[in-house]
Amino acid sequence: MTSLFGFRLPLGNAVDAIVEWITTYLGGLFDVIAAIFTFFYEWIEYFLTTPPFWAVIVVLVALAFWAKGWKLALGTLIGLAVIVSIGEWSYAMESLALVVVAAGIAVVLSLPLGVWAARSDAASRTIKPVLDFMQTTPAFVYLIPALILFGIGPVPGIVATIVFAMAPGVRLTELGIRGVSSEVVEAGAAFGSSPWRILRQIQLPLARPSIMAGVNQVIMLSLSMVVIAGMVGAGGLGGQIVAALNRIDVGLGSEAGISVVILAIVLDRMTAAFGGDRKKRVPSRSKAAGAPTGADDPAPAPQQAEQPVPANA
Amino acid sequence: MSFVSSESRHDTSPDGSAAALSVRGVYKVFGRRPGDAVRRLADGATRDDVREQGSAAVIDASFDVRPGEIFVVMGLSGSGKSTLIRMLNGLLEPSAGSVEIGGRTVTKASAKEIREIRRSSVSMVFQHFALLPHRTVLENVAYGLEVNGVDKATRLAKAREVIGLVGLDVWADAKPDELSGGMQQRVGIARALAAETDVLLMDEAFSALDPLIRREMQEQLVDLQQRLGKTIVFITHDLNEAMFLGDRIAVMRDGRIVQIGSPEEILTDPANDYVAQFVQDVDRARVLTAASVMEPARAVVPSTAGPRGALRVMRDLQTAAVFVTGRGRTLEGWVRDRHVMRQVKAGDTNLDAIVNTEYARVAPDTALTDLFELAVESPLPIAVVDAEDRLLGVVPRVTLLAALGNVPTATMPIPVLEPVTRISDSDLDATLATGEQPILGDLTINTTDRTGADA
Repeated sequence: MTSLFGFRLPLGNAVDAIVEWITTYLGGLFDVIAAIFTFFYEWIEYFLTTPPFWAVIVVLVALAFWAKGWKLALGTLIGLAVIVSIGEWSYAMESLALVVVAAGIAVVLSLPLGVWAARSDAASRTIKPVLDFMQTTPAFVYLIPALILFGIGPVPGIVATIVFAMAPGVRLTELGIRGVSSEVVEAGAAFGSSPWRILRQIQLPLARPSIMAGVNQVIMLSLSMVVIAGMVGAGGLGGQIVAALNRIDVGLGSEAGISVVILAIVLDRMTAAFGGDRKKRVPSRSKAAGAPTGADDPAPAPQQAEQPVPANA
Repeated sequence: MSFVSSESRHDTSPDGSAAALSVRGVYKVFGRRPGDAVRRLADGATRDDVREQGSAAVIDASFDVRPGEIFVVMGLSGSGKSTLIRMLNGLLEPSAGSVEIGGRTVTKASAKEIREIRRSSVSMVFQHFALLPHRTVLENVAYGLEVNGVDKATRLAKAREVIGLVGLDVWADAKPDELSGGMQQRVGIARALAAETDVLLMDEAFSALDPLIRREMQEQLVDLQQRLGKTIVFITHDLNEAMFLGDRIAVMRDGRIVQIGSPEEILTDPANDYVAQFVQDVDRARVLTAASVMEPARAVVPSTAGPRGALRVMRDLQTAAVFVTGRGRTLEGWVRDRHVMRQVKAGDTNLDAIVNTEYARVAPDTALTDLFELAVESPLPIAVVDAEDRLLGVVPRVTLLAALGNVPTATMPIPVLEPVTRISDSDLDATLATGEQPILGDLTINTTDRTGADA
């Protein structure tokens, strides 16, 4: 066994002690957080699973039509129909609820952090390594303390998802705000605007495409975490995949996997459309009937390429 | 530059009103130890000497801007002019010195006070327009009023009015990216005007526009300034632009103001070799005015002198025509030799009867470019008259040419008409002596002369 002159840094013991201290003294706080997350999750899951599947599909297709046009609407319709027909609908909706809650909270946290990082170089220098740490630490590693703190169920999955998925939200918000022309910001200041007004009326609107790209990435990364969430009892498509893994059931695994991919593509195209220019969101008539997954739209393709969805699913 | 400081150390302009904007000993040093750098610069160190302490962008700038004037700060890139203008409205805080706008000190003011000064006293136009791309032209123009808390209906009405002023009525509901560069900058100017501040800062406002549009915008700006009476501080690296727009110009070099003066002063009396070299290429015809090149008018007689007096002056000055002035040296017109001679022979003493009132006359502030056409059409020198029609001087063709070539003109008397068309001296003498003998001046008059009589 290799060692550094017989010296061993007791890192593991230290983390153990910290987690134990937190569990003992801050347990109440984590119970509150767990209660809040559970509330959101159950509330959204209720709205996705209680109505008949076709009602939910109608709403999602309408949303797709409003976001992009009839091609995306058609693609969404076909994709969701496939999920229903392979019997994964209710699991898919559980996963969608988890993604919506986790991504929503991640965005709410990452926006102010990104704004802060854009305004202060010191904050930016501090936040950057923390984000690197959150994004690169294997998810299972912080799943263990999350399990201890929140117990089995969707909450540790949500927490792990937030930690993993938050980084691009912060980074792209910072990037977007820093990328706003300094002259336009100066113009705001020169007419006597307060920093808050400049942020609200100039920086955030002009950084919107970048921020929306961040939101898109947060959602995609959240979706890629559903399998890991499934391992700690969050259920949904992740649960199905874990079950398939345990039983070496190739058929079930592929059905759940395809469902994850369909959800991912639908969510990606929709959020990408919201991030683009509103004027360009009119239905385009230039091409023939759209491919089922909206793959006829080349614009978000580079983003899709970066996403680790297939690897995790 | 000591003379700059001493020259501008008065708080009021010549007409006695308080300065709209006053800058006193302002320094800006970017770097780790601006305080040390300022002390060393004040002792005469140069920019390069203080490189260790930081980079000195502006060094000891002092000047006053009078209400209603266009004050141009001119310098090449890196001369510190953009830094200087940003200290005027507090976008940058000076390392030393003070800036006052409308009697309120910008330096030392809290962030809140500075915002209040910007809202009420000073607005800005930017090089790359800096419009808000997600808002319409109308909303952009109303921005200053919006920040000021003016209610929506009032500010949009005001914005519409100002958009009309810059001639963009039909574009009010367009987004900025639908407009050309020149139109976008008009929106920028409208936005600054709508804010209803007394002082307008313009940072290289026309530098991003192509030359034709730039000229048009310059003319429009001068026109707007004359109508609205705003005080404008205009930054540019283009000397021709500075000369065209500026009532006064401050020339900057390496962070220091090297000369402040009117365009003509800068052109005719550059403070040092740098300025002289700089003004070499300037279009003199646009800068120099009739007043700066005109010669004293010698061939002038009061109408009370009568035909004989006029003829005598013509003989003494060897000229074929003289200007005739009335009471208070107001210019009545001109008479030429053969008409006067005919009158003398006829024994008529009323010179007014033959005064020709058709001649070219200009105000003293007319640019030389506007004199060329007149000079071509008129064989007479161009008369320079003031608002009360008093004759201030004359600009003969030769003077125009000399001024363009920067050649000193001879100080000899200027003949009113070209000598070739003159009646000979002996004829004049004879007429003056007798007043009877019929001499036909027509014989010596050529075609040029006839044009002159017709003019």
